[in-house]
Amino acid sequence: MPGYYDPDHLGKFATIAEGNKELAAKFFDWYGAVFRDGALSEREKALIALAVAHAVQCPYCIDAYSKTCLEKGADLDQMTEAVHVAAAIRGGASLVHGVQMLEHVKKAGM
Amino acid sequence: MSAPIELATLEDLASPESGPKSTRSLRARGSSLATPEAQLQVLNDLPLARGDFDAALAACAWSELRPTRLEILQINVGRLCNMTCRHCHVDAGPDRIAEKMDRDTVDLCLAALDKTTAHTVDITGGAPELNPHFRYLVDQCVSRGKHVIDRCNLTILLVPRFADLPVWFAERGVEVVCSLPHCRKRNTDSQRGDGTFEKSIEALRHLNAVGYGHGDTRRRLTVMVNPVGAFLAAPQAALEREWKAELARNHGITFDRLIALNNMPISRFLEWLIESGNLQEYMERLTNLFNPATVAGLMCRNTLSVSWDGTLHDCDFNQMLDIPAARPDGGPVHIRDFDPAILQTRRIQTRRHCFGCTAGAGSSCGGATA
Repeated sequence: MPGYYDPDHLGKFATIAEGNKELAAKFFDWYGAVFRDGALSEREKALIALAVAHAVQCPYCIDAYSKTCLEKGADLDQMTEAVHVAAAIRGGASLVHGVQMLEHVKKAGM
Repeated sequence: MSAPIELATLEDLASPESGPKSTRSLRARGSSLATPEAQLQVLNDLPLARGDFDAALAACAWSELRPTRLEILQINVGRLCNMTCRHCHVDAGPDRIAEKMDRDTVDLCLAALDKTTAHTVDITGGAPELNPHFRYLVDQCVSRGKHVIDRCNLTILLVPRFADLPVWFAERGVEVVCSLPHCRKRNTDSQRGDGTFEKSIEALRHLNAVGYGHGDTRRRLTVMVNPVGAFLAAPQAALEREWKAELARNHGITFDRLIALNNMPISRFLEWLIESGNLQEYMERLTNLFNPATVAGLMCRNTLSVSWDGTLHDCDFNQMLDIPAARPDGGPVHIRDFDPAILQTRRIQTRRHCFGCTAGAGSSCGGATA
């Protein structure tokens, strides 16, 4: 293996069907349906996807949804706010555990 | 006849106050891309697996592209503009003073109009309002009962000489199709020049104040969107819904409809694609997303495009590439020799840039076509 995270892998995503066509078909059908215009617009879904991509730190998803957000009419201001939402939830998720630490300290300490 | 534009006014046009500018024209910079031949050469030289437009048409049973009934006469009255946007397919700007339609050609257009079934006259440029015969042309079309469209860059409405135009348009029922690439400042200014967004919002307020954008079919305000970058236009219906909400919420602006157009890989947008390293990928995207459902509604089928010098073209993009309409009898394609019956049997001229109109949801002067 030459290395991890090859940018070409995004374009080859569909080849995951090689090992199991049925499961891949189910995944891609469902995936397509998830992003269709519905109660949320395609632009809103793309912004959510961009934020989640940063939370799970997936470089493929970041490339894909940066492009999709632009194509759906979002701009840099909106995309940056979405990334900050992801960062805030990640940061908050760490920090809120501090309450457990605090309670531990209060119980164990004098 | 209106007075010709004075030189002092032209100098004013080059100033940032008259209109924002994100670049200068290819012509003014002496760019090697300034000629249509150079632009066509760049497109033809690209290695594209699906780059043959006629083959793409043939594969979906369009053996050749022919016109339907003529509905729209589009008149490009000149390339002079108070702005120089980065993506302009006309290479318009304040330096383009030579290319403007004279009164004789305007009258030839009107005579031709009387021979056609066209119900709409679509006036474009440059900033068409800068042509000294613009108001004469509009009045003559209105008196003939035609629906008139002014393709407006919005900022021109803030230049004092043209500040009366919103009222003047309203009195005549002219539809204003205005360029606004985004409902927010950042992308609008990066494509069209710093300050464009604020000026555009102010101009939209003037139009709203005289009755435009409130659902009155005689005061129709249409927002025209081009993507700000190397990607296709967003879905038109969703954009309209979102922009109506955003512009109302943030600026108290209303408009009637939104049309979304792809950027054509010609002229200044072609230059930007090359310089930003996006040309190959953009063209692959256009060709890969060729959509047969867009073909029937393409503007080249129901529109004829007249250039400032009176030459006839299948569309404004072909006009900018100096590809005139092809009369089957080999006759002249000037508006003075206008023969609707012969033109009706012409074959529409296509090149690689045509993929810009057939990608995704399709793109024409009236927006999406699929």
